[in-house]
Amino acid sequence: MSSERVTRIGLRTVALGYLFALLFVPVGIVLYKTFEPGLGNVWASITTPAAIHAFWLTIMVTAIAVPLNTALGILAALVLVRGRIRGKPLLDALIDLPFAVSPIVVGLSLVLVYGANGWFGGVLTSAGIQVIFSWPGIVLATIFVTLPFVVREVAPVLREVGDEQEQAAATLGASRRQTFLRITLPAIRWGIAYGVVLSTARAIGEFGAVSVVSGRISGQTETLTLLVQKRFENFDLAGAYAASALLAMIAMTTLLALTVIKPRKEHE
Amino acid sequence: MISVTGVTKRFGAFTALNDVSLEVPEGSLSALLGPSGSGKSTLLRIIAGLDTGDRGQVLIGGVDQTLVPARKREIGFVFQHYAAFKHMSVRENVAFGLKIRKRPKKEIASRVDELLGIVGLSGYQDRYPSQLSGGQRQRMALARALAVEPRVLLLDEPFGALDANVRAELRRWLRKLHEEVPVTTVIVTHDQEEAMDIADRVAVMSHGTIEQVGPPRELYEQPTSDFVMGFLGPVTELGGHLVRPHDLHLSVDAREGAAEAMVARVTHLGFEVRVDLVLADGGAIGAQVTRGEAEALELREGDVVWVGPDRGAVQLPAAAGADELPLSA
Repeated sequence: MSSERVTRIGLRTVALGYLFALLFVPVGIVLYKTFEPGLGNVWASITTPAAIHAFWLTIMVTAIAVPLNTALGILAALVLVRGRIRGKPLLDALIDLPFAVSPIVVGLSLVLVYGANGWFGGVLTSAGIQVIFSWPGIVLATIFVTLPFVVREVAPVLREVGDEQEQAAATLGASRRQTFLRITLPAIRWGIAYGVVLSTARAIGEFGAVSVVSGRISGQTETLTLLVQKRFENFDLAGAYAASALLAMIAMTTLLALTVIKPRKEHE
Repeated sequence: MISVTGVTKRFGAFTALNDVSLEVPEGSLSALLGPSGSGKSTLLRIIAGLDTGDRGQVLIGGVDQTLVPARKREIGFVFQHYAAFKHMSVRENVAFGLKIRKRPKKEIASRVDELLGIVGLSGYQDRYPSQLSGGQRQRMALARALAVEPRVLLLDEPFGALDANVRAELRRWLRKLHEEVPVTTVIVTHDQEEAMDIADRVAVMSHGTIEQVGPPRELYEQPTSDFVMGFLGPVTELGGHLVRPHDLHLSVDAREGAAEAMVARVTHLGFEVRVDLVLADGGAIGAQVTRGEAEALELREGDVVWVGPDRGAVQLPAAAGADELPLSA
């Protein structure tokens, strides 16, 4: 065998081995452990009232946070790439803040601002709105940690497509709105799609920030990840695996949806 | 007709256009010619409304357009890099402007077919820009611009990204198209041959100002500045005057107005021969003669000949800063 061939096979083995050990084995074992006690048991443990509530809470939080961040993310990317404003580097750095700050810190800072003794706590309480230890806090925490994904996916695509197509549309009589809907949006759609998938995965899986602001009240503010943690701590391993498998399933459905809607051949 | 009056445009400390005025006659095919940074593209973009001047006025068909946005100027614009709508088929690209104008579907379909016929892309309706060659993409972009029946057609280095042979072909094709569809057209180019070949009027630009405007032949034969003379063709300096190398006459015998020079190098370039000469004062000069002339003179390196301008040669007094001349091809 030539040394080139040896190197090539060696590199492939390392790459695949790495993926296998870190990705396939753990996920595989979770799935195996989940179904080891039998389908009936799995079904029972993911249909308890607490589990059903956790499932729907997770879905609701995601359904609020992801569309909001998608709209704001597209807007922020447009400002960053096309805008003629001062302080762009600052905005650019601020958008990455949720990546840089630990989710626990995010959770604590939300408590400091919106908690009963926080800055807005008094105002909110007198208005009858509870943010911390309630779902609005979970939504806020999720929005915070998923903020950068859409911006970071869309901005480079916007930069790459440039603004010539938009200028061409303007010379052909298109208004700003028409140009955005017919030219810009289709050009960045895959950037948006990836941003949405990443945001969704992160929103479903967020633990740290949500754990701090939710108060982990079973059947009220317990999301799926919190449920997994609680079951694990209570030595209900089978229940924890079942809930984990459910989480993994939601994530995979999102990825699958992207694969299905993306046409096989891109005309670009 | 397009008329531009007193347009100035600055980008920070750089003056892209300095008090530029220009008239483009109705139905003409005019070229804005100049080196990069001369302001020609900026002027075109200001006419289109894609950029706005700091000062000055733009009129199209006698109506002030200075404050009118690009989308309401009824212009067609063609970009150097095509600006094709990548996610749309050829048909959708060409139909874009008509759809925006909410024309009936039937009318759009027949107009698109007609235009694709004109630009030679019939049968390509369902292709995507990525499946077209550069030349085809640019013809699609032209059809797209013409679809809305613009009052003026503006082309910004439209053939700049294409191969030399495709460029020459499209140039002839555009000239022909202009005869069939005589819409007032302005083309920006840095290629003097392209401008002379295609346009019936050329405006030569340099450092944000227009140096000279006129028919190509007039510019070549009666340049008013050494810049224009140098930009439209090669020049060489003899006796304090700028002259074109092909306007120089070589002879063995002394002649009035001619200077003595030694042949430094003879280069055969097919039908023409370039002769590099060294004058008595040490100055270098290049002459261009036909093969026949070179053979008749039996030119060899080291020969001494007399070199002087032909009768009727274009001559300009050399300016002090003549070494800044853009000696093109």
